[in-house]
Order: sequence, then C-alpha cells, then structure tokens
Amino acid sequence: MTDAGKTDAGHSRLSAEDLTLGYAAIKVLDHVDVTIPDGRITALIGANGSGKSTLLRALGRIIQPLGGTVTLDGKAIASMPGKAIAQTLALLPQSPVSPDGLTVRQLCRFGRHPHKGMLSRTSRHDEAIVEASLAATGLADLAERPLDRLSGGQRQRAWIAMALAQETPILLLDEPTTYLDIAHQLEVLELLKELNEKSGRTIVMVVHDLNHAAQYADHIIAVADGGIHAAGSPVDLLKPELIRSVFGIDAVVISHPVDGTPLCLPFVGR
Amino acid sequence: MTSAALPSKSLRAASVCLAIAALIVIVAVLGMTIGAVTLSVGQVLDGIAGGKSAFIVMQYRAPRVIVSILAGASLGIAGAFLQGALRNPLASPDVVGITKWAGLGAFLAGLFAPPAWAVWAIPAGVIAGAVAGALVLLAIGRSFGGGIAALALVGVALGMLAQALMQYVMVLFPTRADQSMVWLAGSVYGSTMTDVVALSLWLIACLPFVLIATIRLDAGGFGDDTLTSLGISPGLLRGGLIVVSVLLCAGSVAAVGSMGFLGLLSPHAARLLVGPRARHMVPASALIGALTLSAADLIGRLVALPNEIPAGIVAAVIGGPYLIFLLMKEAGRHD
Repeated sequence: MTDAGKTDAGHSRLSAEDLTLGYAAIKVLDHVDVTIPDGRITALIGANGSGKSTLLRALGRIIQPLGGTVTLDGKAIASMPGKAIAQTLALLPQSPVSPDGLTVRQLCRFGRHPHKGMLSRTSRHDEAIVEASLAATGLADLAERPLDRLSGGQRQRAWIAMALAQETPILLLDEPTTYLDIAHQLEVLELLKELNEKSGRTIVMVVHDLNHAAQYADHIIAVADGGIHAAGSPVDLLKPELIRSVFGIDAVVISHPVDGTPLCLPFVGR
Repeated sequence: MTSAALPSKSLRAASVCLAIAALIVIVAVLGMTIGAVTLSVGQVLDGIAGGKSAFIVMQYRAPRVIVSILAGASLGIAGAFLQGALRNPLASPDVVGITKWAGLGAFLAGLFAPPAWAVWAIPAGVIAGAVAGALVLLAIGRSFGGGIAALALVGVALGMLAQALMQYVMVLFPTRADQSMVWLAGSVYGSTMTDVVALSLWLIACLPFVLIATIRLDAGGFGDDTLTSLGISPGLLRGGLIVVSVLLCAGSVAAVGSMGFLGLLSPHAARLLVGPRARHMVPASALIGALTLSAADLIGRLVALPNEIPAGIVAAVIGGPYLIFLLMKEAGRHD
C-alpha cells in the first residue's frame, strides 16, 4: 500500500467552493475555493489570524460557513447526517478537552461512536480496532493510564488514536504539534506520515513551522489576506517571495542537506 | 470489559453503593421509630411485616421515609446530569435556577388554583415552572451560540429573576408566605401514600430517559468540537441531559419542596468516592442523595423535639461541611 493513494492525485473527496468564513460581521476568508487531494498530506500555512484554523474547522463542519459549500464525496456536508460525516472524516481540535479521569483506552473507545447504534455496547470488532489504534500510536502499554497522567506527546498520540479508531479515510488536525518539544513534534509528524503511507489516509493539518510543512506535506495551501494565496507542492511553493507576502518576513530557501526538501531560513535585513 | 483495571473499579463502586444502601435502610428504620408514639426498632420491623403496628408504620411513617429516599435519589441524579451537561462542577438544579422556577410555579399554582385542586395543581405548577425555566434557559443559551459558560450564567440570572418574582408575590400575598417559606426550605413533613405513588409513577416514567442519559453522560466532558467530530450533536446531548435533569428535579421538588443543594453535594461526593465514570457515579450519586435527605429528615426531627427542622435546612447544614471535607481530602491527594 505504499503509494496507492498518491497515484490518483486528481481525485478529491473533500473540497470547498466559494467559501466565506467568519464570525458575525468579520469575514476571515472571502469566497475561497479549496481542493484537498486524496491520499496526501496537506499542510495549511499562514500567519496568526489568517484563517487557516477557521478553514480547517469549516472543512470539518465544526463551524458553519457564512456562504459557499463544503463538499464531501459529492454531497454538501451541511446536508449530511453527523454520524455519516464522522465515518468519513475526523477532526482533532487544538488542545481538546476530555472528560475527567478518562483512560487512554476509554478515550479511544469513543472513536467507535460513529459506527455504533444508539444504545449498543462496544463489540468485539470495536475492541479489536481500539487495540489496533493503540498499537499504531505506540500506546498499548499505556492503555489503562488516565490522560491527565500522560506527557504532552503521549496525550496527543492518544487523541490521534481516538481519531484512528474512527476509521475515517480523512483526518484533519489543528496544530497537532502545539506545546510539544521538538522531539515530540517530530514523533507526532512521523506518526502521521506513517498513517498516510500505510493506509493511504488523507491528512490535512494546520502547521506553524514551515520546515515541518516542507518535510512532511505533499501539498501546501498558503492562507493570507482573506483568501488562498497559493497552493502546490512544497518545492514549487516555498519561495522567498511567497514567505515574504504570506508572513511578511525575509527568508532564504535552501535545499535540506539530508533529504533535499526546501529549508526556510528567515533573517532580519539590516 | 477487556482491561484489568476496570473490574477492580467496578468492585469498589459496587461495595461503596452497597454500604450506602445499607446505611439508607438503617436510617429508614430509625426514621420510622419516631413520631407521636415512639416505636422500637422491633415494632417497626414487625409493622412492616404486617404486625401490630402495621397501620401507623405503613400509613404515617413509611411514606415520609420513602418520599425522602426517592426525592433525594432523583435530586442526586439530576445534579449529576446537569454538571455533566454544563461541564461545570458548580452547576446544580438550584444554582442554574431550575428549582427556583419550579418553586415559582408551585407558588402561583397554589395561589390561583381552587383549594380543592391543590393536590394536583401544585405538582403541575412545579413541573410547568421547571420546564418553562429550562426552555427559556435553552432558548436564550442557544441564541448566545450555545457556549457552556454562557448557558450556566444565563441560568444563574434566570434563577435570580424567578426568586425576585416569588418574593414579589409573597409581599403581595403575605398570608401565604409562612407556608411557602417551609416549602421553599424543603420538607418531607406530611408526605402520604399518594405522594409515594405519584413520585414513583413519575420516576418510572423518567427511567428510560435516565438510562439513556447515563450512557451518554461521559461524552458531555468532551468539547463541542470533539463531539461534532464524533458525530454527536453537542446541542442535542447537552439539551437532552438538561431536560432529563429538569424532569427529575421537578418531580422531587413537587414532592418535597426546593432542595437543590442535594443536587450539588451528591454528584461531588459520588465522584470522590467511586470516580467520575457515569456508570459508577450516577448510581452512587442517587444513593448519596437518598441517604443525605433521609438522614437530614431524621436529624431534623430529633434535634429540636417537639419541633421539626425542615430537612432541606439540615441537609445544607450537614452537607456543606461534608462537601468541604471531601474537597480538602481531594486537594490533599494531589499534593
């Protein structure tokens, strides 16, 4: 299953047309079109307040757009039942809140909710998927530990395990590396890359670090000035001109000495 | 259950619940010994079995004890659901004003319905008041965008409004004020077999919703964005929990008056004793509510003989320090 998802780059199950997003009178994004390529890792980048998180939340139907449509599998997401969406798409919010005293396994079981009936209990099949999700995130040994006794990196993996138990082909993550030290940031990104490569999951994530986007994403969407500034592969997109217009800083872009991905080095001109 | 840690927790919860249930039985039997004629424990047990004291025990003493157990249990569950729905440990049917709306409904029904109808008019007024209060709360909360903190604060404001209205009506009709003061403090005085039957029927009708709400209660601890991602409607979940809480609360307030403090105390005590998972915490909260109210009624009748102190006041007097004790113990555990 190495590159199965990546060969049909033309397909997109998740897209948005003419999307206008905002809060009350303030428009954050105005009439934007977005296409999320299937089976790829897409990174949303942009300055603070640019609307990249808002865009992600609209794609995950957490917020209602002021105008336009988000389309999932050819249907308007607003008209789909919540459970049907939850079987296709999972969204991991930034710093999510959980019930008190929940263990890793209990959290992960909630991921099975979209696949269960109104009152049915966790089945053997559900338990097997929970086990697999815990194993995939390296949490099998910590399954009985309460979330509040995990490190930041472990806790983020526990939430990813819950999203995995949802068995959705599309996974959206809002700044999955926030509050983590550099080693744990890479651990989470490596996990996401592995999930993408092994199962062809489509991953969309908001990231702050341009070099993370460069190293881990196949596709980058740069959000600025109330719209989509540019979209494309890291090599095509990450140029000094784009970094200047999206973030307002000067940078040189070199080739990463190890893997050849673009490496952005900001500097302050004097 | 596949995991090893869960059975021990379930075992602990079961033993805590059994111990509380045993205490409730002891308090109930002691409660039935007290009255115009003091009976011995043996006479009470004999009376329950149909012996010599059967009439006095079953007609006069058992209803009061049963009503305190049922009302205490439903207030305990109502509080657990409300705290879960609002994700706020300070929420209780009293704090968000539901018991005050219920009280206002009862008071108005008592004033304006013909006296002969009072038996049914007052409970109807209680339920109408509580449901109206909850609907206004949900409607206003919704227009705020449904934020949880906003919902809780709107509840507090609405409760103050209901209380002000009630005090205004009391000033207008001072002759009815004494009677309503006792009712507002909460008392199981004068409960009859009719009260037992009415409250039991109400609770049986609520039972299916209570079971569904218990299954769903744990999910209330997630943020709304996570709930949406899981395919759970946050509005439906929180609204549903609030509605079941209001129904339980209305039934017990109709039976024993305003005793919202139990709804704050019981879930906290339950959480500290058996942990936060709903399937352990809800039954424990029900039992603690039942024990607190029946013990409060017993104490209220003993300390100031021949007078009675309303159980609601006693519950607050013993419950307040107990809650502080539990919270200090919990804080100590974290240090």
